[in-house]
Amino acid sequence: MRRFLLLGLAVASIASDLRAEPDIALKPGPGRDTVEAQCSACHSLDYIVMNSPFLTRTQWQAEVRKMIEAFKAPIDPADAEAITDYLTRAYGG
Amino acid sequence: MITRRDLIESVGAGAGAALLGAAFPARAEGPAEGRAEGGAGPELSPLLPAGTRAEARLESLPGKKPLIKLTTRPPNYETPIEYLKTAITRNDAFFVRYHLADIPEVDARTWKLRVGGAAAKASRELDLEELRKLPAAEVVAVCQCAGNRRGLFRPHVAGIEWGNGAMGCARWKGARLEDVLNLVGLGPDALEIVFDGADGPVVAGAPDFAKSLPVAKALEKTVLLAYEMNGEPLPHWNGFPVRLVVPGWSATYWVKHLTSIEVVAKPYDGFWMKPGYRIPSGRFPIVTRFPSQDTAVNVPITEILINSLITSHADGAEVKAGAKLVIGGIAWDGGHGVRSVEITADDGKTWVAAELGEDLGPFAFRTFRHAFEAAARGSHTFRARATNRIGQTQVAELIHNPPGYHHNVMQPVTIFVT
Repeated sequence: MRRFLLLGLAVASIASDLRAEPDIALKPGPGRDTVEAQCSACHSLDYIVMNSPFLTRTQWQAEVRKMIEAFKAPIDPADAEAITDYLTRAYGG
Repeated sequence: MITRRDLIESVGAGAGAALLGAAFPARAEGPAEGRAEGGAGPELSPLLPAGTRAEARLESLPGKKPLIKLTTRPPNYETPIEYLKTAITRNDAFFVRYHLADIPEVDARTWKLRVGGAAAKASRELDLEELRKLPAAEVVAVCQCAGNRRGLFRPHVAGIEWGNGAMGCARWKGARLEDVLNLVGLGPDALEIVFDGADGPVVAGAPDFAKSLPVAKALEKTVLLAYEMNGEPLPHWNGFPVRLVVPGWSATYWVKHLTSIEVVAKPYDGFWMKPGYRIPSGRFPIVTRFPSQDTAVNVPITEILINSLITSHADGAEVKAGAKLVIGGIAWDGGHGVRSVEITADDGKTWVAAELGEDLGPFAFRTFRHAFEAAARGSHTFRARATNRIGQTQVAELIHNPPGYHHNVMQPVTIFVT
């Protein structure tokens, strides 16, 4: 049920992106689609670029974990891993 | 002809020698590069993370001047220093900070404030008209984000990578919180007051943004439920129709779009109180505290530290030789009041006292200025140092802390005289 709700939310948020949010072009690489889909459900993707390039893999992992545990982002473990890998590769320091 | 590039190179060559006997370390980076061609880009500190510098831009929210956009959703927009030359910051240039992206536009006609809680003697609801019927009070006070200047931290820490402009000072008008609390009465076990606003998370279960204050702070006469900012209704982005104003304390407590006030008997443990907005115990010279929230290792951020900012010139500005160089800016603290501001043009070997501007009260920005004799061609680095009425002064080196709070390092501003 939650999954379903969140999907609806993501669609709504993409619609509002088209209206108000400038496209933020994340660097290409494996996992980018997952990052764009999951992270942008709650916040614009400039959060990622702004916090770069200085976070280590452990620190990016902690950020992803915070989003899941504290902010209740419904991201499954495989996606969390893919997101951490992408952020470390594209925006790590 | 001396070009800006020549000057930058000569600064580099002389940096080693200049260090001898100097009170400040050499600048890790050169000064800020000037505006982009055509003046479109914001002035950004070279200390900011490269990603922040690449992504930040001047952008207008509805009703606002172009501000430095750090993030779009939720919106986090910083005030450029050109609007921080005066003691009062204009509403349409006041910085914007949100934690969560569900931000309703509140209708003042239907707005209601609930006041009550487990440790209140009664509960009631107030509309805007009823709030306005209470005695009105005014205070000029600085609203400064706890993380102002986080982006200047080295090593960098995660968060909103603010430069110097996550702050502003306004004349706030509203009802005293004390008067509103008196409408319901505090029970004998009242410990903290919890504040919630209309904004919230987009995912169910994520922590709503709510904050608490200790009763002693809440009852101070300067703590207001403000419905006016600089003589006008609050802009939507700054908390319309009513926000909490907590003079002297970090802006994290200044809850916007206020909807509920609860008196509680236990320490409020919402995410934004704990683990959010904590500073390591014993590292900062804090006078006003929040003891019911203290733990063995950290304490909630409370009062704003003594600080100043040169705003007459952007870092990296160019001026023509031959004229006097008037260096000015603003100084502020957590309510003890600014006693003096000094300026050095020689890396701390000598300081001159700046002239202070109008005193708008102990919580306000205080302007300062000093006219230096015409400087020789070349680069000149100025730093201001503010001292408050209890003798606290700014630090020369950052007190690093993981969340990136309380940056009150004397800021270098390099000016190129050509």
